Amino acid sequence: MDHTDEKEVRLKGINVSPGICIGKAYLVGKEGVDVVNKYYISQDNLQNEIKRFKSAVKRAKDKLQEIIETTPEELRQHIHILETHKVLYKDKMLYGRTIETMEKELVNAEWALKQVVSNVKRMFDNMTDPYLQGRAADIVQVSESIMQNLMGAKALDIGAIRKRVILVASDLSPAETSQIQLEKIKGLITDLGGKTSHTGIIARSLEIPAVLGLERATHLIKNDDIVIVDGTAGCVIVHPTDQTLVEFEERQSNYERYKAVISRHSHLPAETVDGIKLEVLANIELPEEVVSVINYGGDGIGLYRTEFQYLSRLQFPDEHELFDNYKDVVEVMAPRSVTIRTLDISGEKGLSYASDPDEKNPVLGLRGIRYCLKNPDVFKTQLRAILRASAYGRVRILFPMISRHEEVLAAKKLLANTADSLDKEGIDFDDNIEVGIMIEVPSAAIMADVMAKDIDFFSIGTNDLIQYSLAVDRVNRQVSHLYQSLNPAIIRMIKHVADVAKNNNVEACICGEMASDPMNLPILLGLGIDRLSMNPQSIPIIKKTIRSLNVKDTGLFITDILKETSETGVMKILMGAYGNILQDTGYKHDKGVLTNLSTGGENSI
Amino acid sequence: MNDSENELSRRVIIANELGLHARSASKIVKLVQNAKFNVWIIKDGKKADASSIIDILTLASPKGSTITVKIDDRSDLEILNNLVQLIENGFGE
Repeated sequence: MDHTDEKEVRLKGINVSPGICIGKAYLVGKEGVDVVNKYYISQDNLQNEIKRFKSAVKRAKDKLQEIIETTPEELRQHIHILETHKVLYKDKMLYGRTIETMEKELVNAEWALKQVVSNVKRMFDNMTDPYLQGRAADIVQVSESIMQNLMGAKALDIGAIRKRVILVASDLSPAETSQIQLEKIKGLITDLGGKTSHTGIIARSLEIPAVLGLERATHLIKNDDIVIVDGTAGCVIVHPTDQTLVEFEERQSNYERYKAVISRHSHLPAETVDGIKLEVLANIELPEEVVSVINYGGDGIGLYRTEFQYLSRLQFPDEHELFDNYKDVVEVMAPRSVTIRTLDISGEKGLSYASDPDEKNPVLGLRGIRYCLKNPDVFKTQLRAILRASAYGRVRILFPMISRHEEVLAAKKLLANTADSLDKEGIDFDDNIEVGIMIEVPSAAIMADVMAKDIDFFSIGTNDLIQYSLAVDRVNRQVSHLYQSLNPAIIRMIKHVADVAKNNNVEACICGEMASDPMNLPILLGLGIDRLSMNPQSIPIIKKTIRSLNVKDTGLFITDILKETSETGVMKILMGAYGNILQDTGYKHDKGVLTNLSTGGENSI
Repeated sequence: MNDSENELSRRVIIANELGLHARSASKIVKLVQNAKFNVWIIKDGKKADASSIIDILTLASPKGSTITVKIDDRSDLEILNNLVQLIENGFGE
């Protein structure tokens, strides 16, 4: 067998969708992949072939011109990059050289273009300046649109794959990802992308094991190579040895068996041993995900992130488009509640048409509610869409990145104005709509008692709260080990918010990654949290763990936890008291197939 | 170097913050489109065709670097002057 000829290679990437699969690699062509065929052109046909190339360029350029022209005046300044692309189409180094290559080598246009682009790209890759390195991407994009015209868009037709394969790509655009058909794809690996990328979300909702951000997968993997994708651990193995294959086949069947056991009761309520029912809700980013929410037995949607509709496009979506999306989700979920979080654009998800590229520290910058209050028109459009959707089910509104009480008042005032104008227009909406705020900035947590007077619920976004409270950037490798959700400071901060919520009769929900890890449950329950929201895939195991816990016991246990002064101390008491239960639910905290089962796209909370 | 050759080339210092990046390069290319003969940008002995963004970018010229703009024929003197002005004014950025 050929897989024994080559050495086993293990690659580490980002685990975005759990599960294990073993299969043959199928490379999806971008630059550098074998989908472009080379053939020779006779001298007689050369002029026709050149004409074919010129017309492909012209069509691509015309299409771009159309996009530029249909972009509203006020957004023109953000599309200068498209103007540059337009000039690039006719650049001598690209256009001229391709024609020269065709004339000199008598080869087809696709092949000539591919050769020229590879050369140019190599030139840029060798540069030290990161800006210039990045320009290679512009050239590749321009040449891809020409290539698609030349090949009649056959190059990226994922829909046409016949055998069941493991898809290997440099990156997948939303359009390409949407072509994926579940029965054709076993697993998914890419060089770029992360947990919150579109590809990651789709892979999770289709339950395809996926590892992204591998950086050089497309260079190391060839078509038909045997590949193991471990989407749980975030690891890819190329040319596995026989021993590795056996090991992973076993892990794969363990995982499938485990998943079946866990899911068996996921539609039943999450009720503790002493009869207390908890609400286990789902975090989603795309309307398509409601299917997995329902499949996994979610009691509603605790966090609908709305940024996605604003990304990868040239201008803000209009009210109608937003409304259609929200209505879809609300109708499918009814009578269960859907908490819609208003736009939270941040550094990593900056909108090209609305962000300031020079912002030095976007995480501490103009994002979330700050951005919306500064751009009331953008905000009102979204509020109108949310309010209109509230006529079709149970909708709640959630404001992100609140750091001051005034922001709550200002946002509520805009909401009231928007409701008034809908009322005057005679448009239906829920006029008792509940309003909540994200607790993710320490100042909001500390001022929770003040905030509580003006809202109906708190949603504790632990990812950002931990990052801001401990001053740790968790993607910075130097300090990421300091990012600890069970740090005593974090436990106390959540306790403060939970106590305030109880005293003021408002709800408190945890919607960060912390909620999706069974190990944190005894502590969260002990602090009085009774609502959790997480990625849909984690719901079954969380429900199962809740059923083995006793709220009265956790209440006693938490007094010991609150005396601890370090994560290590907290962990020791936790494992001492609950190690068995966590073990029984099939959860192992060290390593092994069950770890990280609750992989999710929670980076952006 | 004789006088006529001096007349055909001018040294300029890149003044804008971002240097010769895609946007500024495309402004150069637009001006050069009207030239009757070749126009060159030279930096550290490397010569780039001023009608190609890609070629200009490969010179990697950040703010403060010195470049030479050169035309092949006197009939493009006006274009040379305009180019020098454009670069000296930091591309109006």
